[in-house]
Amino acid sequence: MGIQLRARAQPQGEARQVLGRVTRAPVDEARRADYIRVIPRGNTPAESLTGYAAVLMEGARDLASTGVTVHGYESLDFLRDGYIGLVDTGSGQTRAVYRPDSDYNVLFATDRCNSNCLMCSQPPKEVDDSQIVTQHLRLIELIQAPPQRMGITGGEPTLLKDGLVQILERLKVRFPETLVLMLSNGRLYAYEDFVQKLGAVRHPQFLTSIPLYADNALDHDYIVQARGAFDQTIHGFYNATKHSLAVEVRVVLHKQTIPGLFALAEFIYRNLPFVRHVALMGLENMGYVKKNWDLLWIDPVDYAETLEATVRHLYERRVDVSVYNLPLCVLPNALWSFARKSISDYKNIYLDECARCRVREHCGGLFQSSETRHSRAIRAVP
Amino acid sequence: MPGPVFAPREHYRSDAPAYSLLPFRFDRRDNGDYLLVNEVGEYIVLPPPDFQGFVSHRLSAEGASYSRLKAKHFLSDSNSSALFDVLASKYRTKKSFLDGFTKLHIFVTTLRCNQSCPYCQVSRQNESAGAFDMTEEMLHRSVDLMLACPAPAITMEFQGGEPLLNFDMLREGVRYAKARNEAIGKHIDYVICTNLALLEERHLEYFEGQGIQVSTSLDGPDYLHDKNRPMGKGPSHAAVTRNIRRAQEALGRQAVSALMTTTRESLKYPRQIVDEYLRMDLGSIFARDLNPYGFAVKARGALGYSSADFLRFYKDLFEYVIEINRQGRTFPEAFATLVLTKMLTPWPIGFVDLQSPSGAGIGVVVYNYDGDVYASDESRMLAEMGQHTFRLGNVLEDSYSDIFFGEAMQTIAAAACNESLAGCSDCAYQPYCGADPVRHYSTQKDIFGHRPSSGYCQKNMGVIKHLFNLLLDGGVDLEPIFWAWIHREDVKRMQLPKPAWVSS
Repeated sequence: MGIQLRARAQPQGEARQVLGRVTRAPVDEARRADYIRVIPRGNTPAESLTGYAAVLMEGARDLASTGVTVHGYESLDFLRDGYIGLVDTGSGQTRAVYRPDSDYNVLFATDRCNSNCLMCSQPPKEVDDSQIVTQHLRLIELIQAPPQRMGITGGEPTLLKDGLVQILERLKVRFPETLVLMLSNGRLYAYEDFVQKLGAVRHPQFLTSIPLYADNALDHDYIVQARGAFDQTIHGFYNATKHSLAVEVRVVLHKQTIPGLFALAEFIYRNLPFVRHVALMGLENMGYVKKNWDLLWIDPVDYAETLEATVRHLYERRVDVSVYNLPLCVLPNALWSFARKSISDYKNIYLDECARCRVREHCGGLFQSSETRHSRAIRAVP
Repeated sequence: MPGPVFAPREHYRSDAPAYSLLPFRFDRRDNGDYLLVNEVGEYIVLPPPDFQGFVSHRLSAEGASYSRLKAKHFLSDSNSSALFDVLASKYRTKKSFLDGFTKLHIFVTTLRCNQSCPYCQVSRQNESAGAFDMTEEMLHRSVDLMLACPAPAITMEFQGGEPLLNFDMLREGVRYAKARNEAIGKHIDYVICTNLALLEERHLEYFEGQGIQVSTSLDGPDYLHDKNRPMGKGPSHAAVTRNIRRAQEALGRQAVSALMTTTRESLKYPRQIVDEYLRMDLGSIFARDLNPYGFAVKARGALGYSSADFLRFYKDLFEYVIEINRQGRTFPEAFATLVLTKMLTPWPIGFVDLQSPSGAGIGVVVYNYDGDVYASDESRMLAEMGQHTFRLGNVLEDSYSDIFFGEAMQTIAAAACNESLAGCSDCAYQPYCGADPVRHYSTQKDIFGHRPSSGYCQKNMGVIKHLFNLLLDGGVDLEPIFWAWIHREDVKRMQLPKPAWVSS
């Protein structure tokens, strides 16, 4: 099983979104605005509940409190004290948006995107998120201990434009040691004035991870379903480097990228030798992938040879390369040292078969979404 | 709710199917295929039908060759414009050895020498001849010129003659350079080129204290070395090998390197020469042909050989070097490593003999014992033969700009780009090669040179073609070896590593 990150209860009147640190114990009134108070089933606090950012209750009860109160949650066990929660009163949904005990925290920058990739695991939504930058800045304020890593993802984070610059600035001021990894298609990096602003933040630990799916515009533009995207992204890589923004390349491995994968590695070394890292990533069966399954699915064991040649090519050239999202049993042994435990904890699973596996503790496992649909080669390594 | 709509691949193809050729040069391989090389050194092999189709603008955009040609910058179509900018960046990168201008500064503190090599290319003088030492004033002025060059990282190299015969001047040069550089802050590497015969303990202590690297000459085993490099007082091989060991112990193995010169006698012993380098624990070998300067010209009858002879020797030696690396011992051939870096990487190299614009004056400069400044080591070798064409000026009489931008430099520059030399401009191997106006002036009395009869051309093209044959047909285990050489890395570390948790 993956990890539960959200729960839903009754919608409560006016639609608002509220952030706060989770607590089950009472907090001084002066500091309550930073906290979400969780009332477990069966508890009835004697003291007043006014002043909290929100009060969440398991079970259908209505204790007197002012401000945001949502009740009717089946269980809020997943929402541990110290987590940061986001309560949406309109839908009654509460999500854990920051977990201090996890290494996989992200700022989910926006739902919007300017591409529409065939294999998008998180399909874009056209929503009004004009308040979202304020919310991200608030979240950064609420985090107490510096995280080791912080992701920025979406959607396409660069669509926040100057808002993104603000977020990066805030992260740098609050947590200069934190490694910030942003997943972006890099297309807006084609605009040099924007890149210049991001570069001027001089965040010491900021890495932009940009997908490149082919060594040519036709194939790349088709895969991301956006004409001109290849040119923008290539310019983006160069602008980023010009303004001292570190970049890495991500390639999702599927039926449309495998035939050109080796040529892409050649292209990366000759044309983008400054990238910090190349991540070759197994497909996640989410979002559009379900819809485009036949267009995209190729069993990893059927591209093992191409993958090994590609890794070898980059390794010989001393380009740092990793393989993400593929369990060890579907990889050639020669690639085991390149495999990373890359799947975020909340959607990471192992199969029953894995219990007997000799290398399970070194293996990254599977996506939860691959539980029933996965490589035919999955087997316990004897 | 309607699902997303995806457009088919065809939707992303541009309307205009026409393509244009980007600049490239080509050669025919022995098997009939075409080898195409572009301005930034990327290459591609095409079978004849694809080549004919490509150059006559009939190549189908759907074929595999099309997208390879496009990604490697041999053709461009209206489907992408970013690649032009990338090509420009790659070109700038390949030519970035020009950044900062002259980087190798050679000081001839004396022309006197204790050895009497018949192939001496610098026309050395007897040990006692006093008029062939640099004065302190000249030395200081030369260092000032060196430090006036814009390059942030430079090499100060002492040659001769035998620099140990004028050790005080070497010390003064290093002292003065370091003192002057305190306010300037360049990174300076110091190298002494010495036959090591006169090496004393105080020399080693000094080299170690000052971080000076040692480059010496070793032509092979004793029967070859002693014949090539005679010395009045005794066998030079015994002296040089003993002192290589001493220097390695005192300075570390990495700080000691050796060069070999190939004579007609050497041609018989490619493997023995390599074995001698291995025995001496030297990190690499540089198989150098005889340069047509100095005594080597006079002795050509006794020492010389044809380019074809040299190439046969080179290939034998190279084959043996590969064999050694295949057995797990990292041992590069340095000339091949330079060429391979040009072929396989997007980076430039800093080797003055394989540059366009040529290294003479631009990459290297020589401050001679008499205060004259020359465009290269070969230029001063020519001067000792009475030809002063490449004398850039004199350290006591001329300013920095007189020297580096004067008439002699302009003459060299006119013939310095192989992109515009007859016989080079359409040569497939041009990006991997260089221009050498000084050598062509020396051998052919013409700075532009005549390629079909040029030894420089024959040798370089022969080596480059050989490396292509190995890369394209030579077996998959060669690439990791070549990459180890390029990265200066252990050959064993080129195999894909096992995870730390796998027990062997």
